[in-house]
Amino acid sequence: MSAILETRGLTRTFGAVVAANDLNVSIGQGEIVGVIGSNGAGKTTFINMVTGYLPPSSGDILFDGQSVIGRQPRDITRLGMARSFQVAQLFPKLTVLENALVSLVAAEGPQPSLFRPLDTPERRERADAIFAEFGVTRYRDALVSTVPQGARKLVDIAMALVSRPRMLLLDEPTSGVSSEEKFALMDTVIGVVRQHNVTVLFVEHDMEIVARYVTRLMAFYSGEIIADGPPRSVLGDARVQELVVGHHLDINAVLGAAA
Amino acid sequence: MSLRNCFSSPTEPALLLAAAVFAAGAWLMPAWLAFLLTLALAKALVVLGVVIQMRAGLVSFGQALFFCIGGYGVGLAAQYLGIGDAFALLALGTVAAILLALACGWLLTRYREIFYAMLTLALSMVLYGVLVKSSALGSTDGFNVVPPSFLGWVPEGDARKRTMYLLTVLVAAVVAIGFHRFMVSSLGRVTEAVRENEIRVDFLGISPQGVLFVNYVAAAGVSALGGGLTALASGHIDPDMAIWTTSGEFVFIAILGGTGHVAAPFIGAIVFSVIRTFAIQEAPHFWQMTLGVILLALILFLPKGLWSLVARDRKREVEA
Repeated sequence: MSAILETRGLTRTFGAVVAANDLNVSIGQGEIVGVIGSNGAGKTTFINMVTGYLPPSSGDILFDGQSVIGRQPRDITRLGMARSFQVAQLFPKLTVLENALVSLVAAEGPQPSLFRPLDTPERRERADAIFAEFGVTRYRDALVSTVPQGARKLVDIAMALVSRPRMLLLDEPTSGVSSEEKFALMDTVIGVVRQHNVTVLFVEHDMEIVARYVTRLMAFYSGEIIADGPPRSVLGDARVQELVVGHHLDINAVLGAAA
Repeated sequence: MSLRNCFSSPTEPALLLAAAVFAAGAWLMPAWLAFLLTLALAKALVVLGVVIQMRAGLVSFGQALFFCIGGYGVGLAAQYLGIGDAFALLALGTVAAILLALACGWLLTRYREIFYAMLTLALSMVLYGVLVKSSALGSTDGFNVVPPSFLGWVPEGDARKRTMYLLTVLVAAVVAIGFHRFMVSSLGRVTEAVRENEIRVDFLGISPQGVLFVNYVAAAGVSALGGGLTALASGHIDPDMAIWTTSGEFVFIAILGGTGHVAAPFIGAIVFSVIRTFAIQEAPHFWQMTLGVILLALILFLPKGLWSLVARDRKREVEA
């Protein structure tokens, strides 16, 4: 399997704190990779560096064999790597439809047209198809600030996918979402990304979510990757249970619940 | 192509109708009112520049910079280049402002919030300082602008004032339609997205700075047009065109009118000019206080400006 994302010796320090320490990661095309770790383990720092939001102190990041060091987030998005955020990053005073229309305009090119209106029948049609895919059609004309958290998360992810990326990074996609909604949300998201053959890397705290959806799991602790492999072996690792999960995990129960 | 297809929304024929009514008034209204409206419409163009920046989440306390550049561009071209045609003079003033905006915008669009506001203010005060110290440009007195010709025609007396008024109405109508299209365009709506969440715009693949830069240059161009029309109508320019209180007045009018529609700055500017004229007439020593009280009342009772009285659907600021 060829690597779509590769990091070499990726390191980031904040003063004396080492948030990422010599990370060497290789993610293959089509993989669905989970990242777990306690608060401050370096998960979000890793995503922020990979997407160009945070420059690394040293090391290299290769996306599809091309170094993305020094590139702006918008340039990395244009290369085919999109992301969603822990707190949904939307345009709160615009409607859900307008949010989608802005994403569609962005997907068409880096310079929005001065002459073509934002709202066109073709873009509306595409937006409606996206809403149907993500099950948020009923919120179409609502202001984003009035939409429930779960739907907001879905809109956030849908906006990231509008540009048809080859890789999607999700930062805690189920945070702030009720336990009743979280599986439905992830079923929708994973269903869509599988359909479009998008490689996914997502940070998550919920072990049931991780066990259910990922094909590979990486455990971060103190800026380092302490385990990397299939979910069963990583979640069954004694060090991961001690340093990341914080308690003994009945791996069979977790995997059983997730199945 | 049918007439209906020429317009992108009902706003455009409404703007044209309003312009036709204003133009027809040229033969009905007294000269003083035509002059007052000429200056108000010219001012509205500058306010439009302030408004499109506000829609992007930025407040310019230095829009008088381009108002002044437009005015001095017209005055200097008339005096030193011997150009007499009003259209050519306005074009020169606008081009000068756009060139300056290309340089200033590169710097300013890197800043946000109070830093942007203060830097715009600083740049306008630099121009004010330069003009005040330039005796060749009339120093604090400024200088008079030669009455222009209009495509070779040189009207006299009331006809000149009426022609100037009609030119201003024409320019205002064209600019209003152009900026309405800008506001509903992809770029115009993305400026609102930048105001709402700049980080998201960046992660969608668009440069927020690039969007703000285009917005800034457009604002400069339209403000210079307003300055040029003011110079031609009043026949005089001076450094006070660039002073911070002039910029403050533009922000005042922007708040008065609101930012919800391209017509709002025009409503704001006309109401402001009428209130100020009557306030000066009725209470010459307290007219600033009158305006201050009105602004306070407006912020309390109509925070979205006078336009919110007109707009039926308050949820959506820009009609499709």
